[in-house]
Amino acid sequence: MRKLIASIYKETLLLLRDPGGLIILFLMPIVLVITITLIQDATFKSVSGSTMDILLVDHDKGELSTEINRRFDSLPFLNPITSYNQKALSEAKAEALVASGDYQLAIVIPEGLSTDLNAQIKDNIDKILAELQGEELTADTIEVPQKLSKKTVRIYFDPITQETFRSSVMFSIDKLIATIETKTIYKAFEEALGTTQSIGSFKRESFVAYEQINPSLKGAIELPNSVQHNIPAWTLFAIFFMILPISLNLVHEKGQGTFVRLRTTPVAYHTIIGGKAAVYLIVSLLQFTLILILGIVVFPQMGLPELQVGSNLGFLYLVAFAAGLAAIGLGILLGTLFNSHEQAAPFGAVLVVILAAIGGVWVPVFAMPDAMQVIAKISPMNWGLEAFYDCFLRKGGFFEILPELGLLIGFFISTIAIAIFYYEKKKSI
Amino acid sequence: MPDPIVHIEGISKQYRGADFKSLDTVNLKIYKNEVFGLLGPNGAGKTTLISILCGLLHPSSGTVYINGNPLNENLQEVKKLIGVVPQEYALYPSLTAKENLQYFGSMYGLSKTELQSRIGSLLEAMGLLSFANKKIKTFSGGMKRRINLIAGILHNPQLLFLDEPTVGVDVQSKKAITEQLRILNAEGTTIIYTSHHLREAQELCTRVGIIDMGRIIADDTPENLINSTKDARNLEDVFITLTGKELRDYA
Repeated sequence: MRKLIASIYKETLLLLRDPGGLIILFLMPIVLVITITLIQDATFKSVSGSTMDILLVDHDKGELSTEINRRFDSLPFLNPITSYNQKALSEAKAEALVASGDYQLAIVIPEGLSTDLNAQIKDNIDKILAELQGEELTADTIEVPQKLSKKTVRIYFDPITQETFRSSVMFSIDKLIATIETKTIYKAFEEALGTTQSIGSFKRESFVAYEQINPSLKGAIELPNSVQHNIPAWTLFAIFFMILPISLNLVHEKGQGTFVRLRTTPVAYHTIIGGKAAVYLIVSLLQFTLILILGIVVFPQMGLPELQVGSNLGFLYLVAFAAGLAAIGLGILLGTLFNSHEQAAPFGAVLVVILAAIGGVWVPVFAMPDAMQVIAKISPMNWGLEAFYDCFLRKGGFFEILPELGLLIGFFISTIAIAIFYYEKKKSI
Repeated sequence: MPDPIVHIEGISKQYRGADFKSLDTVNLKIYKNEVFGLLGPNGAGKTTLISILCGLLHPSSGTVYINGNPLNENLQEVKKLIGVVPQEYALYPSLTAKENLQYFGSMYGLSKTELQSRIGSLLEAMGLLSFANKKIKTFSGGMKRRINLIAGILHNPQLLFLDEPTVGVDVQSKKAITEQLRILNAEGTTIIYTSHHLREAQELCTRVGIIDMGRIIADDTPENLINSTKDARNLEDVFITLTGKELRDYA
């Protein structure tokens, strides 16, 4: 035990006297979480937050395009622009501005859209009313419909925009036009009926409403904000980044000869790595505490939503503890396997990024292809993330996080066992 | 003859992937209180042999007995008896001399009181007491070598292995180190030491083994080796006569 305490003391001194290491361990995760949360918060609040300029080229100049313009104008997150350098915007100019990346979106409303749509609707209504009144439709009883060509609303997208963005824009415009079309149909019916009596009786509000519910293991909860989503993911990323300093610590010991000296002393390898594991476990819990303080105290001061911890604090620390152990186990294994900084540093860094990617830190696992969803299940970062989500978003308790805790601690035991086995085998080289 | 403290019986070592043996059926006995110099050109097998004796490497074949017990069966016990001073400084640069020594000493299970007393007396003997609380990274090469030696002898080992303990140090530090080794030997520590400083080995060692191509090719007192080698005036002449003048470059 005295040897383990001496090892812990030595590791603590080494860490405290390494300002660069301390910055990596404590400052970088804070910068990372703040940066990512600020960026992601804008995405979460896209409906009511940041404003996007869109170019609107109006060849129609009718009531339909006026209504589209009015509706776009009424949306706080969209700013329709119809002129450029005090000139009416042409389609060619709009295309050039999108192509150059100055704007991400341009919508071109075709000429005659309003008149043709009205004519099309009027024609259809005339036919319906004639059939209702039992009139035989002949060339004498109906007006000869105008030859109407299909209208195309052209939308120019900046090539850098993602498919999800394009789909949501197309969907929104489609919905907008459908709404206007419905309104026009109502209006045409009123005109065709030739009376204003029925106007008031038409209910124009949407009959179907939507309610967003976020079920959790303890009943419905408030809509999770960007902080609730980002803190678990990026805290875990920060904890696992500890792989790097811990593996480099071991590699460094080998390089400076202290490791050889330790191997000649009557101390077991598990005592040597036990000292490192204890110190880095405390570091991971301190990292976690700092990020919690950041989410609860600092984020609201920065205009970001406050992190809601609720009554799950103990479980959150259990997850951080298990995730810290898993990261330490992996770091010690890498440090045992590798002999040089050049091997350990890039491998460790890339491994963390890969584990984060397949673990669902960037893209949710449910959005991944089937094969990747299976692979995600073997990433310790995914286990940690699921456990954090259980606590933060699903309000789960001990039994909900128990499977993930088991996997993380099992991973720690396995990696340490492999490291000790490899260390013993290496002597027979 | 007393019982040997180290008995090497038919040790061979061939590294995985190598097409030659680094050690080839080495037999050697080292007795208590000897200062045994293991000399040889680069790549002769000195470090491999010392590494096996310290328990850092397993031999491919053969057995090592320390104090009559097989090394591989009693490694943890043997490690309590031995001290090792590697060629590298093997110290933590950002820790002070005292912190380094406290840490390595505690790995041998020394109590806090024992450690304080040993560290104080050895630092004083090596002229480093006033630097006890200075970080190792501020030390000169000679100072680091002296701390390196202290770290290996804090627990009063019965058997001390030294790999080039005086390489790259000034005359003063070299003198302090060899003086300390003589004191240790006088107190009963058996010393096994490798060096390329043949004059130093001639002065310090009670017996010398010359190793080349993984085999012990000579094993006797420095005087006997000099006297038995034609035209040899010192150990360097013996060394050149036995190992040749060709450069020993290995890749």
